[in-house]
Amino acid sequence: MNKTENNKAWFLVLPVFLLVAFSAVIPLMTVVNYSVQDIFDQNNAYFVGAEWFREVLRDPRLHDSLLRQFIYSFAVLAIEIPLGIAVALMMPTKGKMASLCLILLAIPLLIPWNVVGTIWQIFGRADIGLFGAALNGLGIDYNYASNPGDAWATVLLIDVWHWTSLVALLCFSGLRAIPEAFYQAAEIDRASKWAVFRYIQLPRLKSVLVIGVLLRFMDSFMIYTEPFVLTGGGPGNSTTFLSQTLTKMAVGQFDLGPAAAFSLVYFLIVLLVSWLFFTTITHMDKAK
Amino acid sequence: MTMSKRKTLGISLYILFVLVPIYWLLNMSFKTNEEILSSLTLWPQHFTLANYEVIFSDPSWYSGYINSILYVSMNVVITLLVALPAAYAFSRYRFVGDKHLFFWLLTNRMAPPAVFLLPFFQLYSSVGLFDTHIAVALAHCLFNVPLAVWILEGFMSGVPREIDETAYIDGYSFPRFFVRIFLPMIRSGIGVTAFFAFMFSWVELLLARTLTSVEAKPIAAIMTRTVGAAGIDWGVLSAAGALTIIPGLLVIWFVRNHVAKGFALGRV
Repeated sequence: MNKTENNKAWFLVLPVFLLVAFSAVIPLMTVVNYSVQDIFDQNNAYFVGAEWFREVLRDPRLHDSLLRQFIYSFAVLAIEIPLGIAVALMMPTKGKMASLCLILLAIPLLIPWNVVGTIWQIFGRADIGLFGAALNGLGIDYNYASNPGDAWATVLLIDVWHWTSLVALLCFSGLRAIPEAFYQAAEIDRASKWAVFRYIQLPRLKSVLVIGVLLRFMDSFMIYTEPFVLTGGGPGNSTTFLSQTLTKMAVGQFDLGPAAAFSLVYFLIVLLVSWLFFTTITHMDKAK
Repeated sequence: MTMSKRKTLGISLYILFVLVPIYWLLNMSFKTNEEILSSLTLWPQHFTLANYEVIFSDPSWYSGYINSILYVSMNVVITLLVALPAAYAFSRYRFVGDKHLFFWLLTNRMAPPAVFLLPFFQLYSSVGLFDTHIAVALAHCLFNVPLAVWILEGFMSGVPREIDETAYIDGYSFPRFFVRIFLPMIRSGIGVTAFFAFMFSWVELLLARTLTSVEAKPIAAIMTRTVGAAGIDWGVLSAAGALTIIPGLLVIWFVRNHVAKGFALGRV
């Protein structure tokens, strides 16, 4: 669509601009301010330049949780995106059954995150939870509270349970927006199921998938509540992701300077990866 | 087995996977703590509503639900009010810095709440908004407004420009056109956006917990107190968890048709 050039449009954007400036720019400046000072109390603050950044970038805690975070986020995307598309393709297309499926699938999305943690905390326990008891009954020694591997896998399973529905709902909506004529044309051409998926459905799903991939990347990269409730980051550090390392530092130890520097590094990483996604996709569009 | 049967089987299995953990929560919420801890039973042997009674008879419990619903509703209203005109501007006009502004908005969706924890606390304390519903509602705008602009812009770009032009020729002023003609045309978009705004605000805990202490404390934060000296009160915890699912169910019930109708989301 060709748009008209009109700078008065700024008036329409102004409320958003002011609101976000209040709730994002001011706090962000505070963080920047902390990150370059050593603060003893209200009246004693010294400018230390980039020292906190140097300290944080050398901190093994950051390296560990960053690596853990990347592996986790990519595992999340690799499972949830294909599974979400598959679920969307399997859903009934119209009528009461479609509505029912939608509602049932959306339930996990609308449960507060700590309740999600609680549900699995109970469900996974070997003594009172069905899942933990069933696995142990099958002879698998499963215990998320003491075995790091189990804890990690459980946090991943929770995420799949919790968020695949989002991808599925987005894809379902995208699929419904494809005109019936496309399918009829494919039928006339005797296109295979795969060809219909590859050349009609997938290209049409692109815009919703971009939102899905970006949202899932950002949110899995900021994951905090579920592992916090389930394991508190343990056993050891196996489920301590970036947000948790950060809150431990800022709130737990009150190391404001390093925590602020950490925050900025963290934010820049999310920004960089999201920007890469964003520009790659926009360029793919232009190439066509 | 035919294709459609395989599909039905697949979707049924997936839905089963989604529902079983939730069933387990419900199951536990109707049990006594003795039964929960003594043996594993697939359904309550001694059915009891005592866990729910604890919640409904104690204001410090049920006020949590009211607080959460209050700040979530405020957030949805604020988000829609500011995002609608902005999304219109992005979908219809080119203006100085539009692309940068759009990406800048999105970056706020990417900011980890953990980063903003402390500054938010200080900011809202200094303006006297600490422990109020509006503070949480405003804080949640940080991630909801960018998303709302993004989704709404897609829906608005699907409405042909000719509609706007015809309305202006017919003598509609901009506000009247926007409210009377344009908004009804993107009903589904508003429904979907409200759903997303509700969802992300309702489920968020980290900011909501940090910005409140007593007056506006969300239910999710109150739930942590079931952990007492005598261990965790699993029954009450399950009942409280089960109750948090209900508002979400109501919202998805209202928007199900908008989602089922399908949306393609223009931009990106």
